[in-house]
Amino acid sequence: MLDMTPKEVSERSALRINPAKTCQPIGAMYASLGIHRCLPHSHGSQGCCSYHRSHLTRHYKEPVVASTSSFTEGAAVFGGGPNLRQSLNNIFQVYNPDVVAVHTTCLSETIGDDIPSVVRKAREDGIIPDGKFVIHANTPSYVGSNVTGFSNMVKAMIDYLSSREFGSSKDVNVIPGYVDPADMREIKRMLGELNVSGIVFPDTSDVLDLPMTGSYEMFPKGGTTIEQIMKTGSSGLTISLGAFASEAGGASLESKCGVPFKVLDLPVGVHATDMFVKSILEITGEIRPPASMIDDRGRVMDLMTDMQGYLYGKKVALYGDPDQVIAMTDFLVSMGMRPVYVITGTPGKRFEDRVNRILGNDSSNCLVKASADLFYLHQLIKNGPVDLIIGNTYGKYIARAEDIPFVRYGFPILDRVGHGFFPTFGYRGAMRILTSIINTLLDRVDRDAPEERFELVM
Amino acid sequence: MGSTIFEERDRQIHRKGDEPFSMDCDMPSLAGAVSQRACVFCGSRVVLYPIADALHLVHGPIGCAAYTWDIRGALSSGPELHRLSFSTDLQEKDVIFGGEKKLYQALIELINRHSPKGAFVYSTCIVGIIGDDLGAVCRRVSEETGIPVIPVQSEGFKGNKRAGYNAACKALFELVGTGVIDDISPVSINILGDFNLAGEIWIIREYFERMGVQVVANITGDGRIDDIKRSHGASLNVVQCSGSTIDLAIMMERQYGIPFMRVSYFGVEDMAESLYRVANFFSDGDTDIMDRTRELVRNELAQLYPLLEKYRKDLMGKKAAIYVGGAFKAFSLVKAFRLIGMDVALVGSQTGTEEDYRELYDITDPGTIIVDDSNPLELSSFLQEKDVDIFVGGVKERPIAYKLGVGFCDHNHERKEALEGFVGMLNFAREVHSTVMSPVWRFSPRRISQHSSYELSLKAV
Repeated sequence: MLDMTPKEVSERSALRINPAKTCQPIGAMYASLGIHRCLPHSHGSQGCCSYHRSHLTRHYKEPVVASTSSFTEGAAVFGGGPNLRQSLNNIFQVYNPDVVAVHTTCLSETIGDDIPSVVRKAREDGIIPDGKFVIHANTPSYVGSNVTGFSNMVKAMIDYLSSREFGSSKDVNVIPGYVDPADMREIKRMLGELNVSGIVFPDTSDVLDLPMTGSYEMFPKGGTTIEQIMKTGSSGLTISLGAFASEAGGASLESKCGVPFKVLDLPVGVHATDMFVKSILEITGEIRPPASMIDDRGRVMDLMTDMQGYLYGKKVALYGDPDQVIAMTDFLVSMGMRPVYVITGTPGKRFEDRVNRILGNDSSNCLVKASADLFYLHQLIKNGPVDLIIGNTYGKYIARAEDIPFVRYGFPILDRVGHGFFPTFGYRGAMRILTSIINTLLDRVDRDAPEERFELVM
Repeated sequence: MGSTIFEERDRQIHRKGDEPFSMDCDMPSLAGAVSQRACVFCGSRVVLYPIADALHLVHGPIGCAAYTWDIRGALSSGPELHRLSFSTDLQEKDVIFGGEKKLYQALIELINRHSPKGAFVYSTCIVGIIGDDLGAVCRRVSEETGIPVIPVQSEGFKGNKRAGYNAACKALFELVGTGVIDDISPVSINILGDFNLAGEIWIIREYFERMGVQVVANITGDGRIDDIKRSHGASLNVVQCSGSTIDLAIMMERQYGIPFMRVSYFGVEDMAESLYRVANFFSDGDTDIMDRTRELVRNELAQLYPLLEKYRKDLMGKKAAIYVGGAFKAFSLVKAFRLIGMDVALVGSQTGTEEDYRELYDITDPGTIIVDDSNPLELSSFLQEKDVDIFVGGVKERPIAYKLGVGFCDHNHERKEALEGFVGMLNFAREVHSTVMSPVWRFSPRRISQHSSYELSLKAV
C-alpha cells in the first residue's frame, strides 16, 4: 500500500516528507540553459550535476548538458579552486561555449570557495579566452528552493553582463520566471503581436523544446544572447513575472542601470494576462491590443462561460512552486472554483500573504502554507476532501490514494507530455489549462455516472 | 578523432583493430567534463533503496532526497515504505550549528509512525563537512527503539558511484549475522546485486526455487531487513551486477566463510550458465539438482527460441550501441545482441575496470569502439559515425538517441519490462524490435535518403 499517510496531523519540526520543492542548483542550471551557447557548470560533487541533468531531462525530454567540478575528498578539504580552474580550462578548450555559468552547491558553499577570485585569476592567466564570459551565482542548497536558485542566476546575469552602454530605451525586458520553454516562447509571440521590441531572458525556447533534426547540437540555436543581456541595462522597463523567481533580477537591474521594474504575477489566466498586456500597452501607448489578441481573449471567455457550470464551487488542492501557485489561485478564483489548500515547499511568508489577498473574504476557508510538503497536503485532503488536485507529477500518489481527479501543472512533470509544447501563459495558455481542467472533471463525471445518467452530450 | 574528444580522454577510448588492447579507466572524471557519472550518495541509494520495509532517511539539504524519490522501479511484493521521500531538509542554521538534533527527532518520529524493521541514514556532502556524528545518533536511536539504525557513509565527494556501493555494502554488513538461521536448508543462496526492476528478481527466484534451492535473502530487490539479518545462514552468495554488492560478498566470505560466484541473468547464455554453476555448486549434496536445472533450461529454451526467431529475422545485421553504468551488464548485452543477430558497434560504461574492458575487447568484433566514462558529445559522434539502429543506455542517453533519430532501449533503472531471465530475453528482443522496426525513424532526417519518396517530397517543399 503506497498510502502511508495518517489522517491525524501532528507537528513536525525536523522532517520533510515528500517534498514540494527541490534544491537551488537545479534552478540555476535551468536559468543558465536560457543563455545562448552557455554551459552551466556545477561547482561541487559529480552527483549534483548528474541528478539535475537527469531531472531536467525527465521533465523536458531533451538532452541537458552541464559540466561539473567533480569534487573529490581533496577538494572538499583543501578547497575546490583548482578544480574550477581546471574545469574552465577544459571547458573552453573542448566545448567552447560563449558563456560558462557557474553555480555553487552546498558543498562548495560550506567550504567557502571564492568563485570570483578563481575566475579573475583564470582570466588573467588566459584560461578564459577573450570575448568569452564566466558568470557565477551562489546557490547553497540549504537556503530557499529551486526557485531561489533560478532567481539568483538571473540576478547573476544582470550583475555580470547588463550595461547601460548598449541597447535602447524602447526595449522592454521580460524576466519570464521559472517556466517552461513554451511559456517563454508565448511571451515572445505576444510581445511581437503587441508590436513591442522586447528582451526575454533567460529564454530556454529552442534549447529545451528542440525539433528532431537528426543531429545533436551541444549548443542549440535558442537562448538569450550575451548582446541582448548586455542591452537590458538600457531598456525602458523590466517586467518581472513572478515575485519569487524574477523580482530580484528586476531590482538588481534597477539598482545597477536604473531601469525601472514592475513585478506581475505569471500571466496565467485571463486577469493576469490582462495585467501583462496592459503593462505593455502602457509602453506602446496603444489603447487596445490587436484584434487577434482580443479574439484569443474572447475565445477563453467563451470557453469559461460555456463550461462555468462544471467549475463553480469545485474544491481544489493546489501545490507547487510559489509563482505558479499564486497565479493559478487567481485563475481558479476567477472561475468560481474554490482553492481550499494552497501550499508550496518554498519558504516565504510573502507567498501566504499574496495568496490570502487573492482569496479575499474566502481566505478563512482556505489553508495557505509555505514551507509545506505533500505529506502534509495529503493529510489535509484526508481530513477534508477536494474535487480536484492541481500540481506537479508528485501529486499522483495522493490522487490515487484518495481517488481524486488530477491535473498536472508546474515542475516537474515526469509522466505526461504536452507541457513541452503548449504554453500555460497568455490567453492561449489559459485555454489549454482550462481545457485540461474541464476534461479531467468531465472524465470523472463519466466514470462515476450510473448507467442511466451516463450522458452523450455534456 | 575530432574535436569532440578531450586529448586527455584519448586513452579512455579504444577502437578494436590492429593495435593491441590498452586503455585507461577507473579514474576520476576530468574536472569540467560533461560526465554521465554520479556520486557516492547515488551509489549507496541505488543499492539500499529497494529494501522495502526499511526507513530510508536522507540527512542533508532537500535535493538529495528529492532527486531520488521513487525514481527506480524497484518493486516490492509487500511494504512500500522505501517509496516515500524522507529528508532532514537541512537549513542554513543546521549547517552552522549542526544537524544531529534534527536527525534524532526525525528518526524518532518516523520510527514511531511507520514501525519499520530497520533504518538507513544516508550521509550527504554537507554532513561530511559539518561533521555531524551520524554513528552516535544512529546508535542512540537504535538503543531507544530496538531496531537496527544504520549510518551510511555516503558523502557525495568521497569518490564515485563505486565508493557508494562500498558504503552501502558496509551498511548491509552490519545487519548480516544478527538473525536466526536454524531453519535454513544446506541448499540455499542469497541473491545479491539484483534490484527487482520491473519484477526481475521474482523471475530469478522462481528459477532457483524450481531447482530446489532455497533463497534466503534478496539483496536488495524486494528486500527485507529480517532476511538480510539471517543471510549468513545461506551456503552461497550469487552476485549479479558490476561491483554493486561484490564488496558485501567478499565481507561475508571472510567473516562467515560463505563462498560467492559472479553471475548475470541477462541473455540466454549467461542466464543458463548462472543456473548451471549454482546447480554444480550444490551437486555433491543434491545429486538430482543438475538434472532439474537442465530440464528447467530445456523447457525455457524450448518456449523461447521459436518466439525469438521472428524478431531475429527482422533484426539480422542491424547495429547497436551500448553505454551503461556497470561493465558487467555490457558483457551480457553484447551476447544478447549477438543472439538476435545484431552487431555491437560501440560499448562503454561509466565505471568499468581494466579487467572489464579487456573482457569487452575479447568478446566484441573488430571495429567496435570501447569507451570509459563518456559524455554526450562523444557518444553522439560515435553513434553517427557507426550509424547504429539502436542505443542502449539510461535516462541521460535517451534524448541523445532520439535527437539523432536512433532507436532506444532503457536498460537502466527506468526500464519498464523485465529484461532478466529467459523471459527477459524475449522481452528484450521485443523491445529492441519495436524500437528498431518502428516506422517513425523514416521521418527522421538521418533516414530520409534511404527512402527516396520522402526525400523527394521533402525537396518538393
